[in-house]
Amino acid sequence: MEISIILFLTSGLFLGWALGANDAANVFGTAVGTRMIRFSTAAIVCSIFVILGAVYSGAGAAGTLGKLGAINALAGSFVAAFSAALAVYLMTKAGLPVSTTQAIVGAIIGWNLFSGTATDPGSLVIILTTWVVCPILAAIIAMGLFKLTTAVLSRAKLHLLRSDAYTRLGLMLAGAFGSYSLGANNIGNVMGVFVPSSPFTDIKFAGLFTFTSIQQLFLLGAIAIGIGVITYSKRVMMTVGTNIMPLSPVAAWVVVMAHSLVLFLFASQGLERFLISYGLPSIPLVPVSSSQAVVGAVLGIAFLKGGRGIRWPVLGSIGAGWVVTPVIAGIVCFISLFFMQNVFNQNVYASGPGKAPVHISAELAPIIPSAN
Amino acid sequence: MELTRKISIFGRTRALEGEIDDFLDKLSQCSLLFKIAIKVYLKEGCTDDFESRLQDVNKMESDADRLRRTIETKLYAQTLIPDSRGDVLGLIENLDRLLNLYEGALWAFFIEKPDIPEIFHNDFETLTDMATQSVDSLVLAARGFFRNIETVNDHNHKVMFFEKEADKVSTKLKQAIFGSDLELSRRTHLRNFVEHIDNIPDWAEDVADRLAIYTIKRTI
Repeated sequence: MEISIILFLTSGLFLGWALGANDAANVFGTAVGTRMIRFSTAAIVCSIFVILGAVYSGAGAAGTLGKLGAINALAGSFVAAFSAALAVYLMTKAGLPVSTTQAIVGAIIGWNLFSGTATDPGSLVIILTTWVVCPILAAIIAMGLFKLTTAVLSRAKLHLLRSDAYTRLGLMLAGAFGSYSLGANNIGNVMGVFVPSSPFTDIKFAGLFTFTSIQQLFLLGAIAIGIGVITYSKRVMMTVGTNIMPLSPVAAWVVVMAHSLVLFLFASQGLERFLISYGLPSIPLVPVSSSQAVVGAVLGIAFLKGGRGIRWPVLGSIGAGWVVTPVIAGIVCFISLFFMQNVFNQNVYASGPGKAPVHISAELAPIIPSAN
Repeated sequence: MELTRKISIFGRTRALEGEIDDFLDKLSQCSLLFKIAIKVYLKEGCTDDFESRLQDVNKMESDADRLRRTIETKLYAQTLIPDSRGDVLGLIENLDRLLNLYEGALWAFFIEKPDIPEIFHNDFETLTDMATQSVDSLVLAARGFFRNIETVNDHNHKVMFFEKEADKVSTKLKQAIFGSDLELSRRTHLRNFVEHIDNIPDWAEDVADRLAIYTIKRTI
């Protein structure tokens, strides 16, 4: 393995760490924020399921972002991942939930602008539309689910303690499911740009199954996400869990479920195949932001309660983050590409000066950045 | 059975549910015992039967104290119901005070042995009846808080009703005592015993008020 490849991989690991630090809050933030699950328990469960999702289902993620701009040189991938990671890190440092997809989209557009590659308007429109649709859909699902859950709980007449125990279990299961989806959808953001130049080789286990080089790469990225979760996600969890509005534990469960269902709807190839097999219109497999989904779900419940208790300034700063993240990532990417090309004399896109470009083969292209 | 309870996912929760139910049972039983004890006292004076009722209430109060400590420790040690545990803790402690009031009143009867003229017996019995009924309704409201929150208000308003009735009886009784030709020392002595009993529905009403707030907190 070339030392330069390992060096280039570090930006992906940094992005993975930033993603873990930030996005774990989307699946466990409400549970930890309402003190239903201890942070240490949440961090361990989240890390395990993110790794499982990334390794087993990561390769299946759709390549909508890849169509936006396929970065075709390793140094360019390094810079794009680094810029996205830096944007996510800065937002996380400010204690704001941020979308890794938005960061990587900003970075890819920065690369497109630098390399003179046209940005695919179709993909861009679909992605931007989902940024709007995703929180609205999450809000609608959360409202329906909240009504249903409260009606069921009121009929079930559970003891306060039993209801608490079920909610706790529900939060844990919903969090594990959400973490799995997060790993499956987001590993493309973290490691997708490195797939064409994976330094690993396939490992066969007694002819029973193969641990592919991509899975090994994804495992590495997922471990970085796990480390991000354990080392730095607590603060964002508290923002999501308590800062937008105070949530009851049942409402917290509804938020996690609505978020996980939205991720599932937009990312499940199985659901797409199922709908197509029955001649039904399928939901496009578009990367969605889990941060937007969770904020949408919290707002859905807040509106159901008449909009009281919403802390609008916190919401405003989260909304501003949605615009600021891709812009920061894009600008950082553009400037870094300039330095990488002209100061370090690295080839950052296929037709540029420097080393020979790394091409993305047709079968690997769909794995390039996926959902958040 | 105990082993199944331990290995079951919700075993600890079920055990704690049982302990809360036991605690409320103790309060309810104390209420019944108090009523019987006052009847016995009014009818027979400070007899062995009265003392045995007092000892029963005494033991029940100690058992309830133990249960209260176990419930409080478990709620915090197992980080259960983080949203409502402060309220549950407050509720259990306030209910426990009712047990203390029952016990304290009976001890006062046992130690001071007030000589209650027969003319006041009816009102003392009615006052005791109103006091214990207010606590019974409060126990039902507390059970509702744990199992069926919508019923809390139905029981709470009965607590208020019995407390007001108890106030009327105690006022009437005190007027009758101070309007009588008993010695002033006996009149003040008897007044103390009216207040011993009347303090019970007063405190039950305070707890019901807090319970109403805890209920609102849980339903928003």
